[in-house]
Amino acid sequence: MSLQADNLTVYYQTLRGDVRALESATFGLRDGEIMGLAGESGCGKTTLGHSLILLVPPMKLVAGRVTLDGETLPIQDTERMNDFRFRKVSIIPQYAMNALNPTRKIGKMTEELLRSRGADYQAGLPELKRRLDLVKLSPGVLGMYPFELSGGMKQRMVMVLSTLLNPSLLIADEITSALDVSSQKAVAEMLVEFRNRGCCNSVIVITHDISILYQIADSIMVMYAGQLAEKASTEAIIHAPRHPYTRLLISSLPKIGARYTEKKLAGIPGSPPLLLDPPSGCRFRERCPVAFERCLEAPPFIEIEKGHFVACWREIEANAQA
Amino acid sequence: MLKLDQVSKIYKIGAFGSKDLHAVSNVSLEVQDGQIVSLIGESGSGKSTIGRMILHLISISSGRIFYDGADVSRLSGRALKDYYRRVQGVFQDPFSSYNPIFKADRVFKLIHDEYFPELSGAEWGEKVEGTLRSVGLNPEHVLDKFPHQLSGGQLQRFLIARALLLDIRFLVADEIISMLDASTRIDVLNLLADLESRGLSVLFITHDLFLGYYISERAVILYQGCVVEMGSTEKIYANPLHPYTRMLMASVPRLDRKWGEPAEAPNGKPLGPGAGCVYRERCPIAYAGSGCDREQPALSEVESDHSVACFHYTKG
Repeated sequence: MSLQADNLTVYYQTLRGDVRALESATFGLRDGEIMGLAGESGCGKTTLGHSLILLVPPMKLVAGRVTLDGETLPIQDTERMNDFRFRKVSIIPQYAMNALNPTRKIGKMTEELLRSRGADYQAGLPELKRRLDLVKLSPGVLGMYPFELSGGMKQRMVMVLSTLLNPSLLIADEITSALDVSSQKAVAEMLVEFRNRGCCNSVIVITHDISILYQIADSIMVMYAGQLAEKASTEAIIHAPRHPYTRLLISSLPKIGARYTEKKLAGIPGSPPLLLDPPSGCRFRERCPVAFERCLEAPPFIEIEKGHFVACWREIEANAQA
Repeated sequence: MLKLDQVSKIYKIGAFGSKDLHAVSNVSLEVQDGQIVSLIGESGSGKSTIGRMILHLISISSGRIFYDGADVSRLSGRALKDYYRRVQGVFQDPFSSYNPIFKADRVFKLIHDEYFPELSGAEWGEKVEGTLRSVGLNPEHVLDKFPHQLSGGQLQRFLIARALLLDIRFLVADEIISMLDASTRIDVLNLLADLESRGLSVLFITHDLFLGYYISERAVILYQGCVVEMGSTEKIYANPLHPYTRMLMASVPRLDRKWGEPAEAPNGKPLGPGAGCVYRERCPIAYAGSGCDREQPALSEVESDHSVACFHYTKG
């Protein structure tokens, strides 16, 4: 296991109380695994990603332990995390297009960034150019200002920057959401290429678009209202989902060849609960078509098949009988 | 019926407006009554510019727009206000469409003051509640709330309700679901389709081809301000002709097939920048001396209700 999180629980402190954005997340990532993290907005997927790299107020670590390559990550200690950030754990932020310093040429900015981590720019330059080539950017961009690049180019530039020190864990937060279908495909495929070439070891891809994950991820973890709902291999999640939320999420996507006049798609009725004071029991209960009495009790997130974890009483009971 | 006739938008860029940027070049299209037409393209293709020109948010550089036979390309004052009674728009970001310091239903009050001053408060309240129900919202849950208390899907439906209060005939829907979650976007999409069955025409602007296929009868594919393919949605999807349309189709992430190798082996060589076809720099089948490096091909009909602008098909 490259990354192992145990019972990771992160709340946001607000004046009206704690917002339980992430509760009891226990999961692992193999070496070289690309794990997709999917869910609706406000389900805690970005909180999970950020807690692994920059856990600052109003975020608060309530419980849990994270190990990366056998070493415990001091995620609650912002100072000590400095040794890990960028070197071992790195992130491609959600608005990567605005992540570049507008007042510096890109090469200058890269140099400053590397110097802050004690790395030498000149020594790393050949590798940097090789990677720029990998994302189809010419070395000339190093002499340009960010405003001279298009959105897709900036996104790719940030990808190169984030992985420059070969981090063990890369967190890609909604990196394709603001792009067109054609650049979306290019960026997603480059991410896989980076993993294949060892520019990063394992990757967590945070997105609300499951169809992108089907193209690039090895496994998918679905979150709902701050809790893990299901985790399994990509094939299993797409073709044999066990959690009712996953099933509804997949069936609400427009299929190829589906037309309004022939087959009307349905969304998921209702909306996720507020996490300031979440209901007890299964949090999906209110919207779940197959909820029953036992759902008043919170279901555990357990492995019902090899590598297939799910938090649903229906499935757990069905599995116990089988 | 709305008709665009050779509409162009040219922006002046560079120092002292020394250069021209053709955001939209000679686009002609029609939207019949009770029809949903999808306008599909990447960012920078000019799809939103067309929507904004129809809504008179920006002026037209050349060409004309007709609505029900009347020229509406240059309206002002009372005529423009009358036009807005029939034609309205809803935009991508529902959160920035509201003023956060006022309650969300202020958008309805503004419509009341501006367009229906003769209606009493009670009559108006009834009308608002009826319209909210027709877009699938429960008035008790959504009225008298601030924008941050409502979800993106609710705000977006609020804006559609606002447009419907005016008894509009034509709606420009500019990427209205791209910021919504998968679970709610389909509800907003179904709502649009229901409006169609009530006789409303919709120009559905999107970059997602499958959403366009799901909802519309006709589709228009734009690249750099030029229409490259248009016609019946079914025909375009069953048989995409323009290399750009094919590339778009192959890039859409889908759940039944993984991205493979490029389906089309390039038998031409993408040409460098310069005059000629707008797609020449990315086209896998363009080659010098075929016309691709001379001029932008005109739209020509390859089968009934399916036209494409590519020399590959017009040469015969």
